[in-house]
Amino acid sequence: MKGEAFQHALKIEHDVCIGCSRCIRVCPTEALRVRQGKAQLYPDWCIDCGECYRACPTRAIVVESDDFNKIFSYKHRVLLIPCLFTGQFPQTISEDDIYHALYQIGFTQIVEVETSVDFLAESIDQYIENNPKPTISSFCPAIVRLIQVNYPSLIDNLMHLKAPVDITAEYCKKQLLQKGVDENDIGIFYITPCAAKIAAVRAPVGEYGTVITSVLNMDDLYNKTYHQIKQNKASDIQCKHTSELSDKSIRWTLTNGEAGNIKGRCLAIDGMDNVIEFLDKLEDEDTCNFDFLEIRACDESCPGGILALGNRFLAVEHMKHMAEKAPAVSQLPSEFSFTYDMIKAGNIEERSMVKYDKDIGKAIEKMERAKKLRRQLPNIDCGACGAPSCEALSDDVVRGESKISYCIFIQKQQEQSGDLSNEQSFEIMEEIWGKHKFRRK
Amino acid sequence: MVLNYHIEGGDFANAGTASSQIKKTLKQLSVPPVIIKRVVVALYEAEVNIVAHAYKGEIVVSIDPERIQMILDDEGPGIADISLAMQKGYSTASEEVRQMGFGAGMGLPNISENADSLNIQSKVGKGTKLEIIVKLS
Repeated sequence: MKGEAFQHALKIEHDVCIGCSRCIRVCPTEALRVRQGKAQLYPDWCIDCGECYRACPTRAIVVESDDFNKIFSYKHRVLLIPCLFTGQFPQTISEDDIYHALYQIGFTQIVEVETSVDFLAESIDQYIENNPKPTISSFCPAIVRLIQVNYPSLIDNLMHLKAPVDITAEYCKKQLLQKGVDENDIGIFYITPCAAKIAAVRAPVGEYGTVITSVLNMDDLYNKTYHQIKQNKASDIQCKHTSELSDKSIRWTLTNGEAGNIKGRCLAIDGMDNVIEFLDKLEDEDTCNFDFLEIRACDESCPGGILALGNRFLAVEHMKHMAEKAPAVSQLPSEFSFTYDMIKAGNIEERSMVKYDKDIGKAIEKMERAKKLRRQLPNIDCGACGAPSCEALSDDVVRGESKISYCIFIQKQQEQSGDLSNEQSFEIMEEIWGKHKFRRK
Repeated sequence: MVLNYHIEGGDFANAGTASSQIKKTLKQLSVPPVIIKRVVVALYEAEVNIVAHAYKGEIVVSIDPERIQMILDDEGPGIADISLAMQKGYSTASEEVRQMGFGAGMGLPNISENADSLNIQSKVGKGTKLEIIVKLS
């Protein structure tokens, strides 16, 4: 456990963190602890799902975003806009208003992320015929990372096809290059509803380099855009945006967006708890007859993303409403053409968390010691030791990263038996929760 | 390390608990996924055999750096002809059990395919004892 920065997009602001321990309890990979009264992270275990961000009452966990003004370093400033962005706005604001404002704040070209969805959907149909069943969608980067860390046996089931945003980005770049634009003049920007997508751009999994220049947080850009819209008069709007996306493209980021549009037996699961319950089951039973599984970390999928600010149910309804008016097939300009090599991703490596030891002999020994320790612990998962559960504390102890006396029950026993003085016990609590928590106010 | 599980005959709702627990343990020990899969498939089949055919049984799993040994000892009808039971598709499962999706006659062959060694001892009217070994190295 080191440093205060998450490996990827999430960062703990230690000045703001009050060490309340809410985040350590919600982390699906138990990657957080409290030390010196501040949340600390095991970066190797973090999957960028953002559950900690949701739980934090003081906004001490932040999503680091790239500087907006960076866009002006490029002559061609392409914005990849997900339908979800439009879905965030009240339905009284038209797409024309939004696009007009986005051009005003500095973009030179706006392309819908889901432009590549029709082609991707067809490719998935072909993909699942030739690959191990069930194919697990690689759409949600938090799920890809969860499988890498916690479900290595399911890695071969992960689909080796890129997400729509990567395909569309590559397409836009190719098109500009073909028009003779200098590569250094091209900036491609994506509006993200979550931290996992940022991690996916900064450190893509699946052996491909992304062409996205940087990622803009949806909440920041929403504010910027809305502010601009409010300043505009209706008569100012010259932008005529006509979305030609298909019904399925608009629905793609919603729950059942993929599963509802892929051939064969498909299933959609959303929400981290549901996902974990399902993956545990999937790993146990070899006899799963599904062709395709859409698995998303957030409840209601992307509209439930941590940077999506509108109410998720209203955003879903708004997008479904948009989809109802859309054609069955995207009416894209004829120059829009995709090829299979643009969407293919490579192998995904496991990133299995070493819970005890890399050496199996040592791991067995440590696990047995941890089990013995656990029998001494109260098993109430109170979190007073700074770890999310008694099991996590016992594992930390055998890895040499915590002490059994961090448990307040053990402290009481040791105080009674005389093994621990009152002062020592007090110091331990300060080590975990920080001196400030014990100051009389 | 030794882990023990008790299995009740007919308890299909909980069939798979032992193999699921063992899977969790092996994952925490960072055992390669390919080996975990073989252990889980073999143990699950053997566990379901006890649930489907026997009255009750005990599972003892011992894990050391070289191998995983699984002993499944049940009190049940026993297997009259082991070589016949080893044939794919052969099953003595009742219609009731088959309707639940079990008893396709793939249990023992499947265990054998996933194990490095399989040893079956059975006494008709008494019970069956399976020793399954999957090597770790």
